[in-house]
Amino acid sequence: MSLLDMTAVELAAAIKEGKTTAVEATREVLAQIEAKEELYNCYVTWDKDAALAQAEAVQVGIEAGELNGPLAGVPVAIKDNMCTKGMLTTCASKILGNFIPTFSAEAVLNLQREGAIILGKTNMDEFAMGSTTETSAFGVTKNPWNPECVPGGSSGGSAAAVAAEECFYALGSDTGGSIRQPASFCGVVGMKPTYGTVSRYGLIAYGSSLDQIGPLAKDVTDCATILEVISSHDTKDSTSVEREDTDFTKALVEDVKGIRIGIPNDYFNEGLDDEVKNAVLQAAKVLEEKGATMGHFDLGLVDYAIPAYYTIAAAEASSNLERFDGIKYGYRTPDYAGLHNMYKKTRSEGFGEEVKRRIMLGSFVLSSGYYDAYYLKALKVKTLIKKAFDEAFAKYDVILGPVAPTTAPKLGESLVDPLQMYLGDIYTIAVNLAGLPGISIPCGRDSKGLPIGLQLIGDCFQEKKLIQSAYTYEKARGKFPTPAKEVR
Amino acid sequence: MANIINDETIEYVGILAKLELSDEEKEQAKRDMGRMLDYIDKLGELDTEGVEPMSHIFPMQNVFREDGITNTDTRGELLANAPEEKDGMFAVPRTFE
Repeated sequence: MSLLDMTAVELAAAIKEGKTTAVEATREVLAQIEAKEELYNCYVTWDKDAALAQAEAVQVGIEAGELNGPLAGVPVAIKDNMCTKGMLTTCASKILGNFIPTFSAEAVLNLQREGAIILGKTNMDEFAMGSTTETSAFGVTKNPWNPECVPGGSSGGSAAAVAAEECFYALGSDTGGSIRQPASFCGVVGMKPTYGTVSRYGLIAYGSSLDQIGPLAKDVTDCATILEVISSHDTKDSTSVEREDTDFTKALVEDVKGIRIGIPNDYFNEGLDDEVKNAVLQAAKVLEEKGATMGHFDLGLVDYAIPAYYTIAAAEASSNLERFDGIKYGYRTPDYAGLHNMYKKTRSEGFGEEVKRRIMLGSFVLSSGYYDAYYLKALKVKTLIKKAFDEAFAKYDVILGPVAPTTAPKLGESLVDPLQMYLGDIYTIAVNLAGLPGISIPCGRDSKGLPIGLQLIGDCFQEKKLIQSAYTYEKARGKFPTPAKEVR
Repeated sequence: MANIINDETIEYVGILAKLELSDEEKEQAKRDMGRMLDYIDKLGELDTEGVEPMSHIFPMQNVFREDGITNTDTRGELLANAPEEKDGMFAVPRTFE
């Protein structure tokens, strides 16, 4: 068995038992990156020497008994919108093409304290704006299940790197589905925790009221373990929540008796691919056989989540991205006439098309005369959406549905019509508006061999019910294949 | 298309967004924004009379902390990222003529 076949938790255990070392594991995964990167392009940056140096230091710590956590010695990939001290952090944008942070994101530090080895930074849609990783300024990432398809997005590089065994696990960020959807397209497990669970300090902001960091991993056990390590209350993030219940691995229990699962009828309407629908309903049946109670209900407002989301996210993005002005860091246009011209030219040359589109929309919906009609209206709709979920969670512990209407589309098909691409977020986006936790787990493959994702949604702070349900389903499903074994 | 974005509006948005668009980009932006606003107008179907706008999902109030210095002097590292620096400061184009 190759080390690359191991999950993160299995690898850490093997290192602890002296069966292998952090250095050996890092070497093996670096060789895999070297072999596969040209085809998949999962990373924007990866640093062989830095990774090996970390691995040697971590191995010393493990042998001295100082590092004994469940992820000690395991190599990880970080989405390129999280700051990493001394390592290029681009957000997949030309405007940050030369930015080397002077500090690390809190989630990254939490991993490093437990002996993680940072391999590099994964590709993404520019500033996390997109659903395919095709808006990156540094080339597209290809889906390891079929290199003609997208890996999903915006955390497409992270999901593809896990699937291609170019890392043992990865961090992503989820603003409207950006962890769950690529996890679904790449056949890995991805989780967005309750808003405020993981510190956003050092995460380059897109839509601050929606952004959350979370894990992309090989299985539910890894996912719960990683989430437990990265969750923390952080005074540097004023929206960080103080929680006592972040011992998520306690929920790795194979039992769903008494768990009430609700299936929203409106998540199975027109637009949902039949193969996806059947796989998801089959997974529901598995959970029912394991003892969960199952009910169908109307969630409501599903068609209003996308317009509300794009209004709010664009508004927040237009404000958050004002900081990129060519003064303190990043790109500055070489030719300009005066300060304002420098700002305008720097931003116009530095940002890609989709980012500009959202900044303009955001500027418009926040502008005097339109603020009430658009931005304020969207915030009121957000209230209604949250209320709809509150009513659902009065009856159910877990909401079950698809992650995305289809499996991974072909490269080049989605960006032709941005609005059409936005509609692909229909099942993930409301979760961010309501601040809820959601998990995506592979539940089958379509006739083209592409993975299908099952989404479980919980009420705020109820990650444990999701983990327990997902873990039980995963045990019943059996091991999900990896593209390395299936696709040659 | 119900929302027609005129030249004046797109100019104004360009100023707010601090973006300089070519004529071709302006035409594209007018179409894209019009289409997106048509879609967003769907929110108008919902009666939100008396509904409180929700900016934060938890009933959080201001989070206060002591105004103490916690960071260290990293001027050198910070300036290393600056497109242009002069005498330990960020260099910017002349602001006043």
